[in-house]
Amino acid sequence: MLQGLNAIQLRNNIRDGQITSREAVEWTLERIANLDPGIGAYLSVFADKAMDQARVVDAKIAAGKPVGPLAGMPIAIKDNMCYVEGLTTCGSKILANFKPPYNAHAVEKLLAADAVIVGKTNMDEFAMGSSTENSGLQKTVNPWDTSRVPGGSSGGSAAAMAAGMCFAALGTDTGGSIRQPASLCGIVGLKPTYGRISRYGLVAYGSSLDQIGPLTSCVEDAALLLGVLAGHDERDSTSVDERMAPVPDYLGELGKPIDELKIAIVPELIDKAEASVRDAAKAALELYKKFGATLVEVQMPHFDYSIAAYYVIATAEASSNLARYDGCHYGYRSPHAHDYIEVYSKSRAEGFGAEVKRRIMLGTFALSSGYYDAYYLKALKVRNLIRQDYTNAFAKADCLMMPVAPTTAFKLGEKTDDPLQMYLADVYTIAVNLAGVPGVSIPCGFDEKRLPIGLQIIGPAFSEDKLLRIGRMFESKTDYHKQRPTLQG
Amino acid sequence: MAAKVDYKVIVGLEIHVHLATRTKMFCGCELVYGGSPNSRVCPVCLGMPGSLPVMNKQAYEFAVLTAMALNCEIARFTKWDRKGYYYPDLPKNYQISQYDLPLSHDGFIEIPLEDGSIKRVGIIRAHLEEDAGKNTHELGNFSAVDLNRAGAPLLEIVTAPDMNSASEVRQMAQELQRIVRYLGISEADMQKGHMRFEPNVNLHINKDGQTYKTAICEIKNLNSFRAIERSVEYEVHRQLDEFLETGRTMQIGNKRTYGWDDVNQTTVLQREKEEAHDYRYFPEPDLVPVEMDEAWFEQIKSRLGELPLQKQKRFVGEYGLSNYDASVLTADKATAEYFEKVVQAGADAKRTCNLITQTGQKLANQNNTTVDKLGISPQNLAKLAQMADKGQISATAAAQIFEKMSQQNADPEQIAKADNLLQNSDAGAIEAIVDQVLAENVDAVQEIVSKGKKAGKAQGFLMGQVIQKSKGQANPKVVAEILSRKLAQISS
Amino acid sequence: MNQNINRQQVERVAHLSRLDLTEKELELFSGQLAAVVEYIQKLNELKTNGVEPLAHCLPVHNVFRNDAVKPSLATEDALANAPDRTDDFFKVPRILDDSSGA
Ligand SMILES: [Mg+2]
Ligand SMILES: [Zn+2]
Repeated sequence: MLQGLNAIQLRNNIRDGQITSREAVEWTLERIANLDPGIGAYLSVFADKAMDQARVVDAKIAAGKPVGPLAGMPIAIKDNMCYVEGLTTCGSKILANFKPPYNAHAVEKLLAADAVIVGKTNMDEFAMGSSTENSGLQKTVNPWDTSRVPGGSSGGSAAAMAAGMCFAALGTDTGGSIRQPASLCGIVGLKPTYGRISRYGLVAYGSSLDQIGPLTSCVEDAALLLGVLAGHDERDSTSVDERMAPVPDYLGELGKPIDELKIAIVPELIDKAEASVRDAAKAALELYKKFGATLVEVQMPHFDYSIAAYYVIATAEASSNLARYDGCHYGYRSPHAHDYIEVYSKSRAEGFGAEVKRRIMLGTFALSSGYYDAYYLKALKVRNLIRQDYTNAFAKADCLMMPVAPTTAFKLGEKTDDPLQMYLADVYTIAVNLAGVPGVSIPCGFDEKRLPIGLQIIGPAFSEDKLLRIGRMFESKTDYHKQRPTLQG
Repeated sequence: MAAKVDYKVIVGLEIHVHLATRTKMFCGCELVYGGSPNSRVCPVCLGMPGSLPVMNKQAYEFAVLTAMALNCEIARFTKWDRKGYYYPDLPKNYQISQYDLPLSHDGFIEIPLEDGSIKRVGIIRAHLEEDAGKNTHELGNFSAVDLNRAGAPLLEIVTAPDMNSASEVRQMAQELQRIVRYLGISEADMQKGHMRFEPNVNLHINKDGQTYKTAICEIKNLNSFRAIERSVEYEVHRQLDEFLETGRTMQIGNKRTYGWDDVNQTTVLQREKEEAHDYRYFPEPDLVPVEMDEAWFEQIKSRLGELPLQKQKRFVGEYGLSNYDASVLTADKATAEYFEKVVQAGADAKRTCNLITQTGQKLANQNNTTVDKLGISPQNLAKLAQMADKGQISATAAAQIFEKMSQQNADPEQIAKADNLLQNSDAGAIEAIVDQVLAENVDAVQEIVSKGKKAGKAQGFLMGQVIQKSKGQANPKVVAEILSRKLAQISS
Repeated sequence: MNQNINRQQVERVAHLSRLDLTEKELELFSGQLAAVVEYIQKLNELKTNGVEPLAHCLPVHNVFRNDAVKPSLATEDALANAPDRTDDFFKVPRILDDSSGA
């Protein structure tokens, strides 16, 4: 009945009275009950609360009152955004029982738009990972092939979307954590410009890199969600105000193609991906040429250094952001601690998983006395060079296109023993976060195993409206985004 | 101990001043002294996951204003850093502070010393940061943490090691208190922990033609000016004794921390060796830098006003007051301004000074307020001063009237009349009483006329008799004049 | 420049991070961190003389709030997640050394 509807279609149907929000929520909850035991996308489902919210929206519509742009729509959020309903665990044992006394800005925005939050999704612990295998609480698999990872760290949100267990989802992206799982799950994932959406209430990983963004079934839905979430918030000093970056009507102009579109490419970067990914990206570029776009070859001489710079900057910030989980004021406290020092060191040792410990230690090392200049300061300088690469590219073109991930979804356990190999999976996405610019992943094909492939479109700061229009051009002539895995449940 | 040694005391101060903003540094929680535990906390100051800091503009401006008063260079670009260390009163386990680009640096403070000279103490830097909460330890095998204070705005001031005696350290602290109170940026109450001073003390000892430096000791837990002076004095002697006994000198890393025990008036060793701190400072990603343009700079500067030492010097020059009187009057800004208003209303400066510093401040202390808030208009106090000057009232009566005025702010003349405190200066009436007293005390008169041994005493006695007969209303100056003239007539 | 990370430094970093690691973890992490740190040294291939460090991506400055009181949490809400409490305080094992101080 509701299968195959995108978020806007569902919203319109609810608003027009063709279906109630309650029916949509019931349908979604039933689907979660049937399918999620085999997928593991959700950490918590708020069945009663969601039904209550749906009833409120239905009552508004029945009374002819105005409703928000997400009226009655079942939405999932990654479990690193504070929501007063239930727990906010960040995929970690250390926060396994944490009930935040406040809502994240993004959550407030969803609620104000009359969305229905059906549940919270699994993730790599503290958003550290590219496969969701680092979750301290649960395993999530890729709905296209349950022996494979959904990508990460927003793997729960991506899997829930791909399996049709919600109509839109929120994720967060620090080094590719929205775009990469979107690519691996065959959906659309948008990482907005740093500062576009308030981080208030988002549990921090790398504060200068983290951004919230939507995972949706199509570009149009991404535009709808971004319109709801974007804008200034006085509680986040790094969220930009209207003067610096007004929020455009992302949906309004979406259907208009870009004339004389110039696309920057770095050929040797595309060639680095495995064959199926490379070929899909090249085919996508050919299609854009048919729309009249011209390809401009550019140099990104510092691109190769982005992973190294990222793993210094993100882990340095993380080592400090995660210092607060100490068993004193909230969160897990070790029962084996005898003095207050052990409350720290045992609670943290028992509460954090291996990857989180590795990154905390790496970041601590990079900031520690004697190493700061060689690692942290050096990485900040390289970050500036990487940003400059983007500035130069965008001087010549409207956007930059490249794959999202070097491979399609890999097998569960394939990279867990080799952290460095796992880090290299983020090669195409990380530089975007370092530069603070927006990037979107859209479905652009399948490999021979029928695993989805994503195309990444990157633009200058605050060019999301343009990126979405460019993405929409592709969608209008393809149906990759409409394909869904066959699921038994 | 044998040979007399020659030594120099070296003291620098690390100072934390609580800013008198309404809310905390990075969140909207109200700053309340002595609120019930954990009643002024929010996700931000509890360091809850996902919370973010936002700068309090008032705190920033208070900090800059103080730095200006301390003659500091004000940074036109400054940023925030995180200082990492684990402690249960620090919810995030990092403190938002300023590291390599403090909001101000390289200033000085001028301290008026007791001998009237001025001492200049260098200010190395002054920066803003957030305070920690409070741990209570007196609970057996556990500690209790209250985070009401966590996130309160603190101005940290680091001085150069320019102070060379315990009393200089105390006077520096007092002068800083006077300045911050003038600026209105802090209540600066040491008891309440609004100002915390941590002296770093060591000695340069000359012995056998060589200079030895003792290990620097930091003193904590000081909550009065007296404690500051006493503790430094104590530490000077302790270090001297230790050096003479052990010959121990300063080594890298042997800085020690002592706590002041106010009950036993001693310093107690808290930490033997300065742990090699590794604070892992790095730029705070959740806050953006501050840039100060000329307009903003000038706007803050215009709020500076006349500082206490300037005012003190002006009072000496302009009103002919002693340095001591001027320092007492300018200790509190409102009192100094009140003094000037009274003088402007036509009172003599010295007389006004005496009225305020003797009677006024006693009354103010009793009422837990300042002289200007006793409810006496400057005009009325000026009138009182004039009456005293003209001899219409005695000094005792002036004090009495002052107190009455503080209860009802009535015209001092009316109070004097109603309470029968006006002095009689009518020469005719006084002459009659003098004549009567002379007639009744022939022995005393004789003693004076014959220039006997007790002549002085006898004259005093006659004086007292006249005042007494006038029921205390005869102006003593007039009585003395007439009495002397009459006695001279009798003698000749 | 060789600023790699050895076992001893891993122990120091674990202490600074307040992580009470097992012998096995220390062994595992020493190897893994050494590999990552070696990879990171790739940064040294780039000359960065005269390049400004980029801590913030956005050219934003002077973001202030007014000194206006906002409601605090109710004490019960503030303490709701506390692992342990005594009256209205957070409770921790007795703190012996006083190394606090702003
Ligand atoms: Mg400090
Ligand atoms: Zn607060």
